[in-house]
Amino acid sequence: MSYHNPPTTPRKSWTFDDYTLSEIRRAAQTGIYDIRGGGAKRRVPHFDDLLFLGASISRYPLEGYREKCSTSVTLGTRFAKKPIELKIPITIAGMSFGALSAAAKEALGRGASIAGTSTTTGDGGMTPEERGQSKTLVYQYLPSRYGMNPDDLRKADAIEVVVGQGAKPGGGGMLLGQKISDRVAEMRNLPKGIDQRSACRHPDWTGPDDLEIKILELREITEWEKPIYVKVGGTRPYYDTALAVKAGADVVVLDGMQGGTAATQEVFIEHVGLPTLACIRPAVQALQDLGMHRKVQLIVSGGIRSGADCAKALALGADAVSIGIAALAALGDNDPSLEKEYNKLNTTAGSYDDWHEGKDPAGITTQDPGLQKRLDPVKAGRRLANYLKVMTLEIQTVARAAGHNNIHNLEPEDLCALTLEAAAMARVPLAGTSWIPGITGTGGL
Amino acid sequence: MRTIDLATTPLRELNEALHRQKDGANEDNWEVLNPRGSHAVAVGVDAPINLDVKGSVGYYCGGMNKKATITVHGSAGPGVAENMMSGKVTIKGDASQYAGATGRGGLLVIEGNASSRCGISMKGIDIVVKGNIGHMSAFMAQSGHLVVLGDAGDALGDSIYEAKLFVRGKVKSLGADCIEKEMRPEHHEELAKLLESAGFKDVKTNEFKRYGSARKLYNFNIDNADAY
Repeated sequence: MSYHNPPTTPRKSWTFDDYTLSEIRRAAQTGIYDIRGGGAKRRVPHFDDLLFLGASISRYPLEGYREKCSTSVTLGTRFAKKPIELKIPITIAGMSFGALSAAAKEALGRGASIAGTSTTTGDGGMTPEERGQSKTLVYQYLPSRYGMNPDDLRKADAIEVVVGQGAKPGGGGMLLGQKISDRVAEMRNLPKGIDQRSACRHPDWTGPDDLEIKILELREITEWEKPIYVKVGGTRPYYDTALAVKAGADVVVLDGMQGGTAATQEVFIEHVGLPTLACIRPAVQALQDLGMHRKVQLIVSGGIRSGADCAKALALGADAVSIGIAALAALGDNDPSLEKEYNKLNTTAGSYDDWHEGKDPAGITTQDPGLQKRLDPVKAGRRLANYLKVMTLEIQTVARAAGHNNIHNLEPEDLCALTLEAAAMARVPLAGTSWIPGITGTGGL
Repeated sequence: MRTIDLATTPLRELNEALHRQKDGANEDNWEVLNPRGSHAVAVGVDAPINLDVKGSVGYYCGGMNKKATITVHGSAGPGVAENMMSGKVTIKGDASQYAGATGRGGLLVIEGNASSRCGISMKGIDIVVKGNIGHMSAFMAQSGHLVVLGDAGDALGDSIYEAKLFVRGKVKSLGADCIEKEMRPEHHEELAKLLESAGFKDVKTNEFKRYGSARKLYNFNIDNADAY
């Protein structure tokens, strides 16, 4: 009698899953690392792992639509003669003309201005469309210095010295040839059609002592009027925040690994940097240790999607947040109505991240004249404004429920965590306990 | 002649006064005394004035200059004339790192030596150095001219774009994608004009070699990866 093994269900490897195998095949075929836009897509501890406690007998809530809950924020109170006043604590992150179409930049400016907040230039200089439509515009001072000039510097409302960003801390930028139109090439002073690399380090300073002098120069050129932000990617948030303060920053912008980029290597996006949730408390600790919390403002970015995310960041000690990918989604990026066109690009709505190829069906991350026309900057700006207003209402809802008449009164004590990891990173107790891993030991269990 | 003594006047007052100068209503001639290595001297000037700095300066002197003619009678710290737009900055002594970094126009003349990364990311500025320049000069240089009457250090013109480099002396090594190119008549003419603007007479253009981009790294190719 012969013996036959009963068949088993075919089993795929956890280690060599479909995505991993497809990447190996892609690398073998093309001989180039994978480049894409966006931020980390892997699951990391995030604001979803925190909950607000809300009011109870020990705290009383505020009435939803009757009792005021202020949302404004002032940025740049340390040294700048003209600090920025924003109506809401949600700003638009730096995104370049070049990576985005001129219409998309205009839409961001329009939406932000309606909602009472700022937008930010990127690695391609300041466009008239963007300046014209942005009531408050932050001008990024980047290693590439593409388009940098003192006139635009003076037209800005604030200056953001970019040291790094969450998607690629330690990496420079990349704008591939297919997006280098005549206008982009002219603004950057480079030939049309070539791959443009943006340096990963500033060309004329290294280290915090130099940065202090660079900030002095920028202040002198602009008469000490404008707030100077320093933006860092989430890597060593305690020390980076402390050093930015030491160098004279008015505002620190801290970007976690879920923060987006126009284009960089997948290996950078997914494997370098800290989750946003892990960045906030060390940065706030640095500010508190220096006696500068609320004097130097902290803006947190990287994966902010909702009023709840924003409220949680504020409760952990941030003064404001910044959004990029969410703002693009509000404009119409990755919209399911374009599914057939995404399919033609071998992707699907919600997954499209080949922004560097310049073929965006939504007309946002492209320089193609035909595709750009698809985006109506007035309508898209309105959508962004609506989204920002909804987020603001959500923050107020949560803040009132926790008994605060000012969203900046949200505090860590308003929060608990659903997981040990989130409890440790956010330094708030695990839900139902008084245990903060690494802080309280196990005594509170 | 207006004289500002930085031993008794704060830097802020100097720059503020300079920024008040506009086209057509200028106090033409300025003199700065006792700079004593101060940083950010005469930054962001936007008027066709003449400014003589009597001594050595720290970082970023003449940064983002437009139209002004600035002469430093001493040496300059890092980033002199960084991101200059137009005008002329002359350093009578030596210049430290990153001289003329990201400059977009105008002329920077260094009568002594320049250190490393001279002309880094230059975007249209012309730089003429009478002495030698250090390593990694003209790194990622986009456009403009760098003229060196002395020698150049390691990795000259690494990852260069369309800037033109002229060196009279020895080049220790060339960086990625930087090659020696033929000196055609138009290059001799260009170089002669630059030398004249810089005030260097009796220098023969046929003693120079020209360097520029091989343009092989303009679009990524995996087989060029070892060039980096």
